Amino acid sequence: MTTTSEIRPQKPWQASLSQRSISALVLVGAVALSYLIVAVTPMKGKLAYVALFFVIFTLFDFLFHFATRGLSAAKDAVARAIVVLGISAAVLPIISILGTVFVRGYKGLHIGLFTHDMKLNSVSDPISQGGLLHALIGTAILVLVALIISVPLGILTAVYMTEVRGRFMKPIKFLVQAMSGVPSIVAGLFILSAIVYPITKSYSGFVGSLALSILMIPTIARTSEEVLLLIPNDLREAGTALGGTQWRTVAMVVVPAARSGLVTAMILGVARIAGETAPIVLLTGGGDSVNGNPFKGPMGSLPFYIWKSYSVGTPESITRAWAGIMVLLGIILVLFISARFLSDRRSGQ
Amino acid sequence: MSQSVITPLGTVPAKREITTQPRLSDRVFRGIVTSGALSSLVILGLIFFFLTYQGFSVLRSQGIHFITSSNWQVVQDSAGNVDPKATHFGIAAMLIGTMLCALIAVIVAVPISVLAALFLNFYAPAFLKKIMVAVVDLMAAFPSILFGLWGFFILMPSAEYWAKLLHKYFGFIPFFKMEVPVFTRSPFVAGLVLAIMVIPIVTSVSREIFSQTPLDRIQAAYALGATRWSMIRAVVLPYGRSGIVGGAMLGLGRAMGETVAVYTVLNIVYQVNWHVLLGAGGNVASMILLKFGEAGPQEIKALMAAGLVLFLLTLVVNSIADFIVIRSGGKGR
Repeated sequence: MTTTSEIRPQKPWQASLSQRSISALVLVGAVALSYLIVAVTPMKGKLAYVALFFVIFTLFDFLFHFATRGLSAAKDAVARAIVVLGISAAVLPIISILGTVFVRGYKGLHIGLFTHDMKLNSVSDPISQGGLLHALIGTAILVLVALIISVPLGILTAVYMTEVRGRFMKPIKFLVQAMSGVPSIVAGLFILSAIVYPITKSYSGFVGSLALSILMIPTIARTSEEVLLLIPNDLREAGTALGGTQWRTVAMVVVPAARSGLVTAMILGVARIAGETAPIVLLTGGGDSVNGNPFKGPMGSLPFYIWKSYSVGTPESITRAWAGIMVLLGIILVLFISARFLSDRRSGQ
Repeated sequence: MSQSVITPLGTVPAKREITTQPRLSDRVFRGIVTSGALSSLVILGLIFFFLTYQGFSVLRSQGIHFITSSNWQVVQDSAGNVDPKATHFGIAAMLIGTMLCALIAVIVAVPISVLAALFLNFYAPAFLKKIMVAVVDLMAAFPSILFGLWGFFILMPSAEYWAKLLHKYFGFIPFFKMEVPVFTRSPFVAGLVLAIMVIPIVTSVSREIFSQTPLDRIQAAYALGATRWSMIRAVVLPYGRSGIVGGAMLGLGRAMGETVAVYTVLNIVYQVNWHVLLGAGGNVASMILLKFGEAGPQEIKALMAAGLVLFLLTLVVNSIADFIVIRSGGKGR
């Protein structure tokens, strides 16, 4: 019989208990001191608390590390504090935005929100009247039409970049990148100048979808390209070795293997355009009643609903705007989480 | 046990012709894929063509004054016709305002983003990194009208206070001077909102570049006794410098084209204003949205021309950014 002794990994570089308690002490001391200074001196406000706390904490930390481990360790400690400050500054707005949307949008929710449109109500009516059914249906139609236009083009671009790899590869990569930087208002103006004024002469959901497609194609193309690049080359070689032409290899091996990734690309594309406001305001005309026909008549949508309610500016209409944003953000969150889930599952396989 | 291969007698298969010529199906396939891929070229070309086509008459009659003067007035005679002599379109104030807001955004956003990217790559524990990356990516998907409303209702009161502090303690700097104390709806506030909007973009570009830092150099630095910070300064930042510049340019391009968020927080005034804290600024994209509602046919053409200028401006900025990011070895976004 052999006795086995378990070898535990040693981490000599980790902070010991006493070091940790000193760090905690520094933290508490900094909080207390900054509170004291704000209370005593004329400096007031949240900004003063944060700034003082940061300065004092960094100073304490610097001195502590300088005393125990020398100058370079002290510099390292200061750098760490600044880096943490940076990530806090990046994440704080998100938390504030999410919190605000929830707190303010919550008041605008009511039973009929998803079953009524605004045909008989104005945005300044009491909250319990009307709803945003027309906006939801409008956004769904706009997104669907935009998907029908941009998914083939986006995926063809990605297939060109990863499978055909022709001589236009570099320029197309560049152009897709350039296209993703086209301001949304320019996309709206373009559809206005190219289609609305010369051809249709009226606003409709369809022209709005055309503008949205311009914004959506680059997102889908780039995400799909990344997804297709992840497909192992063995699959392509196997397809060819079985006697498949390139067309059959791509259509029956590569694309099915990347299916969930391509769905992720579509979802991210939808999330990109679901809240686009500027082209919607220019092009769709924004009706107040449910309109199921994208080719005829003004079409309401969530961004337009929010925009209109915000512009009116009465307390009720602004509450409506926040409720609209809450619904829109909810949709985007669901889309985003499902995209994450899909891509996580893919990488897990 | 061995198996014999049974070949039917007399049926020797005909020799297959071996060729590198792709089959018809493949040629059709490649043709379709290539034409689909060229859609981006076609769309960009059409945007340029149609905006030029619509805005040409205005561009020709205004000439260089379209981008050098700040005079925007449509004069109509008593019959309601537009008087071409007295009508002026100039977007100088708007262009300068656009650049000013975008510059403020980049100046604020780049340090934060670089620090955030450093944190995500070199400081964060694995679980925190995963969450934070998802959160920052989520922020990139927030609609711009959300940033606009949040900026107007939540950020503006705080930003007004910060602007007063800046004015009080740094008022001697020409940019922070102001004659009339109007602190709301200033380029400063718009710049802050834009900064928050471009932080996710710059962060993800920087993160991408930093994560490509050669591991052997990082380990070499540690082996030589570097602390984390001295490793970052000696290895990561020099390696990622041009990538950061590219990411900043990308953020600049995005900030220049932003419409709705700026529209809600900026007071648009037709006068060149360098005082960033003063509540009067310009922005091409927001101006288009603002004027569009009540614009007559001639003014619409001027707006198209303004759109063309904005399109070309963002195209140039984005191309430079793209060039820098690709050259610095990163994959870009």
